[in-house]
Amino acid sequence: MINAGDTAFVLVSSALVMFMTPGLALFYGGMVRTKNVLATIMQSLTIIGLVTVIWVLWGYSLSFGPDVGGVVGNLSWFGLMDVGLSPSPNYASTIPHQAFMIFQGMFAIITPALITGAFAERMKFSTLLVFIALWSTLVYSPLAHWVWGSGGWLANLGALDFAGGTVVHISSGASALAAVLIISKRKGYGKEQFIPHNLPMTLTGTAILWFGWFGFNAGSALGSNGLAAAAFVNTHVAAATASLGWMFAEWIHHGKPTTLGAASGAVAGLVAITPAAGFVSPVSALIIGGLAGVLCYGAVMAKAKLGYDDSLDVVGIHGVGGTWGALATGLFASTVVNADGANGLFFGNPGQLWIQFLSVIVTCLFTFTMTLAILKVLDLIMGLKVSEEEEIRGLDVTQHSEAGYSF
Amino acid sequence: MKKIEAIIKPFKLEEVKEGLAELGISGMTVSEVKGFGRQKGHSEIYRGAEYTVDFVPKIKVEVVVDGNMVDKVIKVILAQAKTGQIGDGKVFVRSIENAYRIRTGEEGRKAI
Repeated sequence: MINAGDTAFVLVSSALVMFMTPGLALFYGGMVRTKNVLATIMQSLTIIGLVTVIWVLWGYSLSFGPDVGGVVGNLSWFGLMDVGLSPSPNYASTIPHQAFMIFQGMFAIITPALITGAFAERMKFSTLLVFIALWSTLVYSPLAHWVWGSGGWLANLGALDFAGGTVVHISSGASALAAVLIISKRKGYGKEQFIPHNLPMTLTGTAILWFGWFGFNAGSALGSNGLAAAAFVNTHVAAATASLGWMFAEWIHHGKPTTLGAASGAVAGLVAITPAAGFVSPVSALIIGGLAGVLCYGAVMAKAKLGYDDSLDVVGIHGVGGTWGALATGLFASTVVNADGANGLFFGNPGQLWIQFLSVIVTCLFTFTMTLAILKVLDLIMGLKVSEEEEIRGLDVTQHSEAGYSF
Repeated sequence: MKKIEAIIKPFKLEEVKEGLAELGISGMTVSEVKGFGRQKGHSEIYRGAEYTVDFVPKIKVEVVVDGNMVDKVIKVILAQAKTGQIGDGKVFVRSIENAYRIRTGEEGRKAI
């Protein structure tokens, strides 16, 4: 039975989640150098187009279609066949099936877009397109099915993931780690200065991400109800404390509170609260966010020591923040907040933490290995990186024949 | 004719401009430049990575004046651009062979 309020809410939430990807484009675009700003934005922009096509044709069917052994959906919903305007029997029983489909589609779009931060300023555009098509089909869809699909094996295990901590953030973080291990560093890494060219652009992107995340998390209640309100509140609270957490950690450690730090912290908090948003209390969200800010700052510091060129810190923010969020869900989840959830360690159920841990490990292993394999093959066939000369001239001119700024 | 080139702190431009205007200087060229002298650069921190920025933003003011104005102009610049802190800048004076006004073709002193 379709509910008008629920349907309106999920459609608006879908639009909010859609808005996150251009927001991410600005967030990333401001952090690269002038010569790569358009190429960085273009990657997210193109992913909106490409993944939408894949989602409609086979992505949604593989993710949410009729279950095949708990591992993947079958292709009987190819081209959205049977995905109509009445509610699906398995998902979100109060909204049109197509509303659920498009809401999920926006998640499928932003996840691979997150990965592009890892190899910013050096990836070949043509290879990127093939990589995204393969990744969306071979990595995202199966994983989404395991966690959210009807009959998915991780869901059956009892892993809690309210809005995509594993499917979106751990998967993009682990894939980003695989990518930086295969794609060599930017020319001049460690010697030249990679200074963000436009931090106000990055901060605009942060604002859009924060705003859009209300759709991401509250919308994941799939109804206009109390659970949505809980997720909305937790989302905001965690972003706030994480922003402060990162800022203070940086202030103490490095002597100055920075805007990029406050912005990065907010995103880290949004990442961390994603799996927990509908299962924890606002005070728990305060703690989850605050620790996320400090942890992710530490992770980004560690990256520099380890010498990985994860250009825009996808591993440090999405990988580490997502992992912390998944584990924190196993600590702070409470059935008082959500009777359909479970209790975490702090509410007398240590077993939940183990399940969460298992889901983190499985997600990391699967997405890391698959991404490594896909990129290895593409490296042999197409090459992953632009030539050294193209890298020096910048991707805007060499990949797209445009310049972001003309003075 | 002499050209006076002054490299000054950006926020001092307005005072220098007004000081020169009071002398009756009717034109000048200003550009945003970067460089370093004894002041050296400063450090910037992005996500914990510290970068030393060697080149500090400055403003270069260029004025071409008749020889008898040079001392007055320099005096004004030295007074107006001074903060007493390191990094106040430098003034250079050089000779100019000739000048032309493009619109009328006038040359020499009339053109400046």
